[in-house]
Amino acid sequence: MKNWWKVLAAVLLLYTVVMGLLGPAPRLPILNETIRNLYFHVPMWFGMTIILTASAVNSARYLYKPSYRLDVLAYESAQTGILMAVLGLATGSLWARFTWGTWWTSDPRLNGAAIAVLIYGAYLVLRSSITDEQQSARIGAVYNIFAYCAAIPLLFILPRLTDSLHPGAGGNPGFSKYDLDNNMRLVFYPAIIGWTLLGVWITQVAVRFTLVKHKLYEKQLA
Amino acid sequence: MTRFRPVGCIFAVPFTHRPAVQLLREIWYLMQKDFRLEWRQRAALNGMLLYVGSTVFVCYLSFVRGGVLPAPAWNALLWIILLFTAINAVAKSFLQESRGRLLYYYALVRPEAVILAKIAYNAILLLGLGLVAFGAYSLVLGNPVQQPGRFTLVVALGALGFASSLTLISGIAAKAQNSNTLMPVLGFPVVIPILLQLIKAAKNALDGLDASPQPIYMLLGLNLMVVAVSYLLYPFLWRT
Repeated sequence: MKNWWKVLAAVLLLYTVVMGLLGPAPRLPILNETIRNLYFHVPMWFGMTIILTASAVNSARYLYKPSYRLDVLAYESAQTGILMAVLGLATGSLWARFTWGTWWTSDPRLNGAAIAVLIYGAYLVLRSSITDEQQSARIGAVYNIFAYCAAIPLLFILPRLTDSLHPGAGGNPGFSKYDLDNNMRLVFYPAIIGWTLLGVWITQVAVRFTLVKHKLYEKQLA
Repeated sequence: MTRFRPVGCIFAVPFTHRPAVQLLREIWYLMQKDFRLEWRQRAALNGMLLYVGSTVFVCYLSFVRGGVLPAPAWNALLWIILLFTAINAVAKSFLQESRGRLLYYYALVRPEAVILAKIAYNAILLLGLGLVAFGAYSLVLGNPVQQPGRFTLVVALGALGFASSLTLISGIAAKAQNSNTLMPVLGFPVVIPILLQLIKAAKNALDGLDASPQPIYMLLGLNLMVVAVSYLLYPFLWRT
């Protein structure tokens, strides 16, 4: 079966949603039921990192061997990555409203995430402001790699050097025995795989759509 | 003794068989060319100096009624002025190169030399502008800095950081149509990590209490990474 991973994505996400909302979760003060956000918020950032890495890799491949397909792959992956980043910000903001009591607060990790979204927003603006297709692809690829190198320290290095309100801050990467027990792991790891596969799926559909549109356009020109 | 050679002096780049020496030599000649151009058309240089002066003066007029500025606000305002000066100064580094002249460089030197020379030139230019801005700023708005030497070092690192992160961006923006709006849009988010570390390091020097050099190391690391990425990526950009 060729599309086994799409079936896997659907099954894993169904499992995540059902078990994530109904399954057992530790009773912790302040966190209460919001701890279930772990299955939705954290996988968004995992998925975003993986997909943006794919985008940067495709941009690098484009620079070494230019082809229309690689450019579309890089561009559409970046767009999916931005979508996941925005969803990650939204779920995080909702969670913060019920645990910290505010939608947004000046925290290194939150600010880093917001700036990373701005950096990739600039990528979209750059792509749409160059009309020549090949120029846009080449310059976009250069900026995409630059943006990736600028965004990674913002998300993963700078926040860990300072104190932060965000769970998993102050030196350790994320999981701790206080807020993650074995029951949650059973849902959390499948959730990461499921959401990432969904991101890949969305990208694949978008890439195919763009390629088909391009083919039709060329046919009309001929 | 200064020997005045025509701008076409890059012709005189002596050839050696050692690539690293050759690269350094090319950078040196390109920088000379940039400084000479800047000195000959002094309008741009004077414009930047006036930009710094009038921005500082506008800030002075806006804040003078509030009494003495508290130290964190003083620091933040200075860095915002430096950031805008840097964006404006670096933006023109590739815009002023005509298409024909870029083709000319392409025939003579390698792209790595062009980007490294531009970064070095912008760093020196921004260092000068930054020191002028710092002087004018402390003249009108007071100077609460406890450790002036350390603060000047941070300003120098800031010039290096702004130059290294914004030079490639200006090369990218120069290729697009609406490059004047694109420059801040592309530049601000990329420069923010460096700006945050700069403000932290400057605040430490300003208070003179916390001697931890961590922000300085972070700055050096970020600069090194950005310069390395520019060095690798510019050869792909310049032929378009």
